[in-house]
Amino acid sequence: MRKKASAWLALALGVGMALSGCSSSNSSSDNAKQGSQKAGEKLEIFSWWTGAGEEDGLKALIKLFQEKYPDIQVENAAVAGGAGTNAKAVLASRMQGNDPPSTFQVHGGAELNEGWVAAGKMEPLNDLYEKEGWMDKFPKALIDMVSKDGNIYSVPVNIHRGNVLWYNKKIFADNGLKPPKTFDEFFQVADKLKAKGITPLALGDKEPWAATHLFENVLLGTLGTENYKKLWTGELSFNDPQVKQAVETFKKMLGYINEDHSSRNWQDAAQLVAEGKAAMYVMGDWVKGYFVNDLKLKVNEDFGYVPVPNTEGKFMVITDTFGLPKGVKNPDDVKKFLAVLGSVEGQDAFNPLKGSIPARIDADPSKYDEYGKQTMQDFKTAELAPSLAHGSAAPEGFVTKVNQAVNIFVTQKDVKTFIDTLASAAAELKK
Amino acid sequence: METVNVTTTEKATAVPVVRKKRKWTADHWLAAAFLAPSVVLIFLFVYGFIGWTGYVSVSNWNSLVPDWSFAGLKNYVYLFHDFRFQADLRNTLVFTVLFIAAVIVLGQLLAILLDQKLRGESLFRNIFFFPMALSFVVTGVVWQWLFNPSTGVNLFLKPLGLDGKWYTDTNILGGFHWGKIEFGVPVAIIAVVVAAVWQMTGFAVAMYLAGLRAIPDEVREAARMDGATEFQLYWKIILPLLRPITVSVIIIMAHISLKIFDLIYAMTGPGANFVTDVPGVYMFETTFRGNYYANGAAIAIVMLLSVAIFIVPYLISSRKGGS
Repeated sequence: MRKKASAWLALALGVGMALSGCSSSNSSSDNAKQGSQKAGEKLEIFSWWTGAGEEDGLKALIKLFQEKYPDIQVENAAVAGGAGTNAKAVLASRMQGNDPPSTFQVHGGAELNEGWVAAGKMEPLNDLYEKEGWMDKFPKALIDMVSKDGNIYSVPVNIHRGNVLWYNKKIFADNGLKPPKTFDEFFQVADKLKAKGITPLALGDKEPWAATHLFENVLLGTLGTENYKKLWTGELSFNDPQVKQAVETFKKMLGYINEDHSSRNWQDAAQLVAEGKAAMYVMGDWVKGYFVNDLKLKVNEDFGYVPVPNTEGKFMVITDTFGLPKGVKNPDDVKKFLAVLGSVEGQDAFNPLKGSIPARIDADPSKYDEYGKQTMQDFKTAELAPSLAHGSAAPEGFVTKVNQAVNIFVTQKDVKTFIDTLASAAAELKK
Repeated sequence: METVNVTTTEKATAVPVVRKKRKWTADHWLAAAFLAPSVVLIFLFVYGFIGWTGYVSVSNWNSLVPDWSFAGLKNYVYLFHDFRFQADLRNTLVFTVLFIAAVIVLGQLLAILLDQKLRGESLFRNIFFFPMALSFVVTGVVWQWLFNPSTGVNLFLKPLGLDGKWYTDTNILGGFHWGKIEFGVPVAIIAVVVAAVWQMTGFAVAMYLAGLRAIPDEVREAARMDGATEFQLYWKIILPLLRPITVSVIIIMAHISLKIFDLIYAMTGPGANFVTDVPGVYMFETTFRGNYYANGAAIAIVMLLSVAIFIVPYLISSRKGGS
């Protein structure tokens, strides 16, 4: 009897607590809302920058912003892991639930334009660009990458270069080799190295995008910037003979890679070059940060760099940008942050730490290392091409399908099936 | 207190009447009140979302913008014609068969050895059981290093000329063409099976050990009196008596292996030519990397059905057994 009474009591208490819990949380969130209306909404910066250099860069940027606007509360809402995959999954559910962060990291190009802009989730930023006088401070081709139908939708903060061939200086010097400038030279060099028992080309495609990264560079080198760009608009078919030629070159290159490529990620593959087990490596210039900061190698002493064969004067662009989602409660604060992000000061605070170069063409080169200075110079003059592997050239759905096709091709090396798969996947690209 | 007194006195006198009318007593109401929240939550967050996933899987939602228009079985047709999904079905089947077979054989063997009233039995029991305490992610990372062809066990095996390519091997044993893929046993999956078996065998050992302890000594003695050898004793009497345990082990292991994600994701990823890919990994990548929500939902439903093939007959038979 007593047991039963106490059970009822427990139930009543439980229900009561649940109810009061609800009501108290309601009232506290009401309070928070009222309070924040006075003090201003928190500025929530959403990114996947949690790695060593990039996190420091983001913190430097936030510090700079807070010095200028001490009244605005900033929240660093970075989501770790999966090269942005986890962050993108969280972002997608928040955007679909109409709970966007104040501003978020997104690659310029298709990831922005065919993703969030096409979904009608972004505010145009033309007025901000005009107010800040940015129209001639960013390269026109870069502004085009963050624009759709004449409206600009985000502010680029950094630039990484995708078409870099990294090589081990010692191996090249010992064998009297010069870094290759064309695909023909590449294969001559590779044959000599192979004859000496050195792996000519490192690849780490445990995550298949790394192989796609190599393939897009071969495409750019074979097709040229104009035709390369036409592939992603549907103006040039994947059944074009030039594409076939590129695929054949890619296939030939795969004959020179390390055998354990599928057990390595991009850092593990870079290690092969650092340790002198492989001679060359095609990867974006985040490799430089890995070589210099993590492996303590010296630029132009331990390792050298040249553009990927046939891509001199071309620049495979990977750019991180931030935009203003629709439905944000504090758009003016967000614009203040974007203004800092796009300023020379902001870009020079972030990029030296992240190991990238500024997206503006008038930043201060003295803050960057030797590689950075030269790349900034190249960036001003080169033809800009959007990267496929990093979401700038085509929507993510297409990129996923290309990654799958490349992953199969690396093993099967079946040119016809590969091109057929690419061509049928390209049907979803907009004409 | 007064009300409670009233109900109890009433109950004491009127119990048979209440039973006949099936009138709910305070006990029933109390039980229902305690169960209601979890019933509601389970229906909403488990069955509700299963239904919703099923609905998404027949919609056209394959981009960032939800599109609820009805697509029929389009997404399923696409999947079953997809190289990657066909490879996933092969890998899951091979993985499940090898994994369960190895766990059952090793589990029985180790349990029988442990049952020999050894000294230090609890020590061994703990050693076998400890891997269970790890997360599959930890297991995956460790075995990824162990089976890495350029480090790991190959450093020992190389001098003997036995080094393998392990999970980077792209060969398919006994392969024949089936759909778009080569059907057979992918060599790479064996490395993953080893890791999974290492982790889960302890669980099977514990279950079989409990089963062995439940077999009365009289059975063994009777068999020995009748002149059975030790081998006959185990083969003809003990193992058949353990069959219900084997059924439980199969059910538990099958639902783990059909849904496996974390081990593969941490250890090998999809693998070259998708030799170690599984539906879980494909579902995650196509949904959250490619934004093919409807395709991802279709994969999730196929996974649910494949587990249901094992679980539903078990539930039905155990209900019959119970009543």
